[in-house]
Amino acid sequence: MKAKRYVFPLVMAAVVSVVFAADNQLGRSALSITGSSFLEMLSVIPPIFILLGLLDVWIPRERIIRHLGEESGIKGIVLSFLLGAAAAGPLYGAFPIAAVFMKKGVKFSNVLIFIGAWSTTKIPMFMFEMGSLGAGFALLRLVINIPGILLMAVILERITGKESIEAIYAQCTGLSE
Amino acid sequence: MYSVIIYAVTGLLLLVSLIKSRKKTLLALKKAWTSFERILPELIAIMLFVGLLIALLNPETISQLLGESSGVWGLMIASIVGSITLIPGFVAFPTAAILVDNGAGITQIALFISTLMMVGVATFPVEKKYFGSRLTIIRNVMAFGFSFIVAGLMGMILG
Repeated sequence: MKAKRYVFPLVMAAVVSVVFAADNQLGRSALSITGSSFLEMLSVIPPIFILLGLLDVWIPRERIIRHLGEESGIKGIVLSFLLGAAAAGPLYGAFPIAAVFMKKGVKFSNVLIFIGAWSTTKIPMFMFEMGSLGAGFALLRLVINIPGILLMAVILERITGKESIEAIYAQCTGLSE
Repeated sequence: MYSVIIYAVTGLLLLVSLIKSRKKTLLALKKAWTSFERILPELIAIMLFVGLLIALLNPETISQLLGESSGVWGLMIASIVGSITLIPGFVAFPTAAILVDNGAGITQIALFISTLMMVGVATFPVEKKYFGSRLTIIRNVMAFGFSFIVAGLMGMILG
């Protein structure tokens, strides 16, 4: 473990301590919000990483390629969408999964669809959204987002270009070793 | 609810894996820990930062800034706050509902929710580690623009 990587959080911790000393009330509410995001993180992130470890060890690359790889077509698109939508947790939880997907040979546009679906069409959150803002709001947002996510995945894949995509695959394979 | 399910499923699969091969299971756990530890410092810093930011902006202030008549400024504030912050969904949706009850506009709220979910300025350091700066910037800029389309349509239809 390289200690240098912990400079950033330590600086933030120092800032929060200073705020705490200057304004006790503000410091308290800041820490309680940080506490609730930390709990949200703990509620889903550790099992996600364990599931990823298991997926990496047990599921052969060929099998993933067959369902989500270059030749996977519409089935791959639908499956990527469903995998993203079935998720829970903040968007940063999707990146390590995307990295393992790339390592296992998932098509780039499918990775992007997965991230798009994860970011905004999560099923558990959808239930919550309906409860808070009404079915009209939640359904309309979903209906607009589905084509948007697909379109953005296609555009992003085009913009990125083959060489950069290969570089990203190499980078992600390294990160999930 | 959801976290109970995901923990239970993970526990069960871990057990099955352990029965099938002790060595592979340990390898999986080791991989899980190294990938987790790799993003942990950024995560801690981000959470401290966002906690401070939200503490500075209380609901009354937000509501005042995002009202139906807040115009272009309201849209700018909604999109910028949504892009920068990282609010858990189970806090964001009820908050959004309170804001709407207090007079925030549908377009502004849709913009806030959409940027909150799709754009991650605070998580840029994490996303960059996986996708590199260029793609991370392009993806976020596109999601930002798309959020305006979503909000515009929703405001027209529901407003």
